[in-house]
Amino acid sequence: MKRTNFVKMGTSLSAVLLLAACGNAPTDEGTGEESAEGSSGSVQVDGSSTVFPIMEGVAEEFSIENPQARATIGVSGTGGGMEKFIAGETDITNASRPMKEEEAQMLEEAGIEYTEFKLALDGLSVVVHPDNDWVDYLTLDELESIWLEESDVETWADVRDGWPDEEILLFSPGTDSGTYDYFDEVILDGEQIDREASLSEDDNILVQGVQGSEHALAYFGYAYYLENQDTVKIVPIENSEGEIVEPTSETVQNGTYEPLSRPLYFYVNNASVQENDTVYEFAKYTLEMAGEMAEEVGYVPLEEAEYEESLETLESLR
Amino acid sequence: MKNKVVVANEKQISKRITRNKLAKGLFLAATLFGMIVLATLIVRIVTQGIGYLDFGFLTSYASRRPEDAGIKAAILGTVWIMSITIPVSLILGVGTSIYLEEYAPKNKFTRFIELNLANLAGVPSVVFGLLGLTVFVRLLEMGRSILAGGLTMSLLILPVIVVASKEAIRSIPQEQYEAAYAMGATKWQIIRTVVLPAATPGILTGAILSLSRGVGETASLLMIGAMTFIAYTPTGVLDGFTVLPIQIFSWASRPQVEFQAVAAAGSIVLLIILIVMNSLAIVIRNKYSKRY
Repeated sequence: MKRTNFVKMGTSLSAVLLLAACGNAPTDEGTGEESAEGSSGSVQVDGSSTVFPIMEGVAEEFSIENPQARATIGVSGTGGGMEKFIAGETDITNASRPMKEEEAQMLEEAGIEYTEFKLALDGLSVVVHPDNDWVDYLTLDELESIWLEESDVETWADVRDGWPDEEILLFSPGTDSGTYDYFDEVILDGEQIDREASLSEDDNILVQGVQGSEHALAYFGYAYYLENQDTVKIVPIENSEGEIVEPTSETVQNGTYEPLSRPLYFYVNNASVQENDTVYEFAKYTLEMAGEMAEEVGYVPLEEAEYEESLETLESLR
Repeated sequence: MKNKVVVANEKQISKRITRNKLAKGLFLAATLFGMIVLATLIVRIVTQGIGYLDFGFLTSYASRRPEDAGIKAAILGTVWIMSITIPVSLILGVGTSIYLEEYAPKNKFTRFIELNLANLAGVPSVVFGLLGLTVFVRLLEMGRSILAGGLTMSLLILPVIVVASKEAIRSIPQEQYEAAYAMGATKWQIIRTVVLPAATPGILTGAILSLSRGVGETASLLMIGAMTFIAYTPTGVLDGFTVLPIQIFSWASRPQVEFQAVAAAGSIVLLIILIVMNSLAIVIRNKYSKRY
């Protein structure tokens, strides 16, 4: 008796959980492969966490319109997503920077053909504490000298005469993020960022850092600025034309807020588009919805014509 | 002469009493510190998240709108993962510990294995994630599936289960073995009728504690490619999945304040699941402790 009790008890936990899991199983089955309600295959998306909110919105709507289809989205980061894309594990990968040369090369070696699509725009926002009343704008050179490891700018006074002689506290996204990569490339030409800067993969930490110190300076995605407009102050940036511009959906979209506006991308596996209707439908749906979704989650849509052009490119892949 | 001794003794006694009080104060402070931090955390999570915690939250999928966001996919994912991890890790873990304690010769090689088991228990979970990615996802071609996730999780908690089970088996009094041997029992009979029933409370405590760790585990599952957004009910072990901690983490890193509250609501659900699991362990343990 005791023996059987032991066996029973040993598996009771797992049995309960198994039953719970199986209870949900049959709901999706039975309707067959081909359903009247759009596509019923699956599409695997992975990549940048910056792009994720847009894709989540798209996938949410897509799942409502195609209840039989299975769209899954991971957030392995731009680089991690590329790795899975190269391994052929995903159909679509999101990126907050253009594909690197070595990644393109590895894809070629793996025999994977792909197409790049722009999804939306993000304006990297440079922000300071709201009580910071001295910074009116920054030039690109000033930004570079502040953030560069090999420069002697340590205090605000080093940047411009008359600014307070207080050390600048720097907050930057972590080195795994495409945001960091982009800033490092356009502002620092790929040089070492100031080692005293606090790095965090969580942009909310950067926001808190700036809120906590009058002498702080940070940069992060536009969506995080939009959500915290009352507690941080935006710094207008002098663009290459000499205009002083602050990021808004207009200046990001029309390209005057440069070079800190960056496109967000998604890469599609061409073979997947040809062989898997769901991937094609999903990619098409993404391009149709991207503008609306981008706006909703705090990014800037591309011009309508660009989406239409992309849709034509997608059609040509079929 | 006599007086002096008494005085010295009194001095010593009061000194010892002071030390005792000091020690007591220190330990009390240590306990209170943990309690206060825990209480603060719980109060904060509950006040922040309770507004989003309703039936709809449990039964809808993730959404870009905080008010529509739900945790269904994550709960189902966690249940599916556990339904693989629990049997696999229990069978392998208890089996290993029985072999090591009862059958294996006590030589250098066995000690080497035991030492490594203890070390494995301290290996960061990301490393297990890498192992899972290489072996289960890529080599065995399971893909980014529930099966791969459950097996990776099993490996992750296996060392702890083995170590705990070994301790439980080792603490069985030698007399019980001898009594069984005296009655002519074989090794397997002893294991079945003496060792396992007596070790059950200890094994279960270790198992549930490590499973609780598994439920809260993020890094290794992210590594093997757990999803963040899923809007369907998994129907088999080869489907993709997401789990509670990944969903919570994803919400917590969003810019919108509302999503922080949604993340807190998710944390409440996770806390409740953990409390239920731990209570279950205590109930089972008490039931079996009484018998021996």
